[in-house]
Amino acid sequence: MSRWYWLLIVPFVALLAPVYLKIEPTLGGFPFFYWYQLAVLILSAILTWIVYRATRETTR
Amino acid sequence: MIDGVALAVFIFLFVVVTVLGFYAARWKAADLSNLNEWGLGGRRFGTIIVWFLLGGDLYTAYTFIAVPALMFGAGATGFFAVPYTIMIYPMAMIVLPRLWAVCHRHNWITPADFVHGRYGSRALELAVALTGILATMPYIALQLVGIQVVLQTMGITGTGFMADVPLIIAFIILAAYTYTSGLRAPAMIAVVKDTLIYITVIVSVIVIPIKLGGFGHIFTAAQAALAAHPKPGSILVSPAGFPAYATLAFGSALALFLYPHSVTGVLSSRNGDVIRRNAAFLPAYSLVLGLIALLGYMALAAGLTPKVTSLAVPLLLKAMFPSWFVGVAFAAIAIGALVPAAIMSIAAANLFTRNIWVRYLHQRATPAEESNVAKFVSLIVKLGSLAFIVFIPLQFAINLQLLGGVWILQTLPAIVFGLYTRWFHARALFVGWLVAMIAGTAMAASQGFTSIYPLHVFGGVWPAYTAVYALILNLVVSAILTPVFDAAGMRRAGDAVGPGEFEDRGLDAVPLDAPPMTA
Repeated sequence: MSRWYWLLIVPFVALLAPVYLKIEPTLGGFPFFYWYQLAVLILSAILTWIVYRATRETTR
Repeated sequence: MIDGVALAVFIFLFVVVTVLGFYAARWKAADLSNLNEWGLGGRRFGTIIVWFLLGGDLYTAYTFIAVPALMFGAGATGFFAVPYTIMIYPMAMIVLPRLWAVCHRHNWITPADFVHGRYGSRALELAVALTGILATMPYIALQLVGIQVVLQTMGITGTGFMADVPLIIAFIILAAYTYTSGLRAPAMIAVVKDTLIYITVIVSVIVIPIKLGGFGHIFTAAQAALAAHPKPGSILVSPAGFPAYATLAFGSALALFLYPHSVTGVLSSRNGDVIRRNAAFLPAYSLVLGLIALLGYMALAAGLTPKVTSLAVPLLLKAMFPSWFVGVAFAAIAIGALVPAAIMSIAAANLFTRNIWVRYLHQRATPAEESNVAKFVSLIVKLGSLAFIVFIPLQFAINLQLLGGVWILQTLPAIVFGLYTRWFHARALFVGWLVAMIAGTAMAASQGFTSIYPLHVFGGVWPAYTAVYALILNLVVSAILTPVFDAAGMRRAGDAVGPGEFEDRGLDAVPLDAPPMTA
């Protein structure tokens, strides 16, 4: 297994730690609770894409 | 009162997808009297089709109604759908290409096929197949709720049996094109459905906040409205409520790709990279789901008072948009019910055909016989779900669907661990499954069929998702019994999976049953 796969742990740590149970700071009217999780969503998709590209190139 | 314009647009779009559904039989033409073709689309879908297909399959009409309804009724808890649908994909990226590869090599069509091949255990195969069918049936039934709520909101109501006639017509049409076209039908329809969903959601999250005075105001108003509920809610999860929130998200993420309809979608891919790319692209739907969840708050901010929370989103759309756009949005929801209902019925039919009918009743079935049985069973499955909704109280279907989530997670040790190791003894896995099924059902029932079980251990109370507790029990039992059964000399059956067969690189679209290129 490539080391790149460790990146995929990031969203789990980000979502399973109770660090986002707050209103402030808000962003565009969204409380932190909401924009934080949506931000993790986008980050997770990007990390998944990076891992896909990286592992594809190292194994072929 | 019936909204004529909305209804006309709705019916027009419904007719379009019906035509597509029947036309799909000719798409990438092949012999549909073969289960690999009817039930998996010949395993040759590329990245884009699989994206639409899985998007339509996993993010169902029920989800799009139930998640904002939960936000509307209970607040932040409903937003667990977002972390849930984030955590699915990093796991999917690692695990699913292995399942795809081994199933491709052996022409396996269902998760129970894999379990049988891997462990040589009929009992474990039957356990996985029955769990899949049981978990899927109420899920199909609940898709009909999506259709029902939009029909109601358009003013199509009746009394007694007449109230259900439009639903019955929609389902007969669905059953007919699933029968003729197999998985190709929902794959094609999903493209239309998802396009409509994206349009509806993008327009909604721009237009509705403008009308309601911005997101800041929506959250403030939602908080005020939730606090005034008979059972007060909040737009924030409390620290005490977080373990429930987190385990619900994590457990649901673990369970999603164990559902037969998810596996069907995955196995229809043409290669492993199609699955990996989709692990990065499918979160686009999670974003949409997150925005749809917020429609529940918008309905609160708009001061809507629906009779049941599932009507919150349809009423909001009706209050905010002109009739023609309401027709588009409602068609998106209704068609959004047809796609997963079709795939779920195909998946259940595949399970019944492969793992029950062929295994126990007709071992020398020809491919054509297999396909015919599956087609017929897909009809029965849909009739069954229809009867469910028409004759049995809705709450029963909702309870069963919730139990389905608990049950399906109990197939994880056999399927997912089986992709990596044969350490577990098949009988230990079977007993673990059985114990967890019983305990999980009992835990859920004791809480009046809610997802969270407050476990009393170590002098404290630990509320968490029931399915996760049942899974832990499952793993403990399986792990303890494995060395016990081995020591007792209980025979282990052979493994059909050879070395390197989980490796997907280099495998591609050529279906196994295709005539060889060089003879």
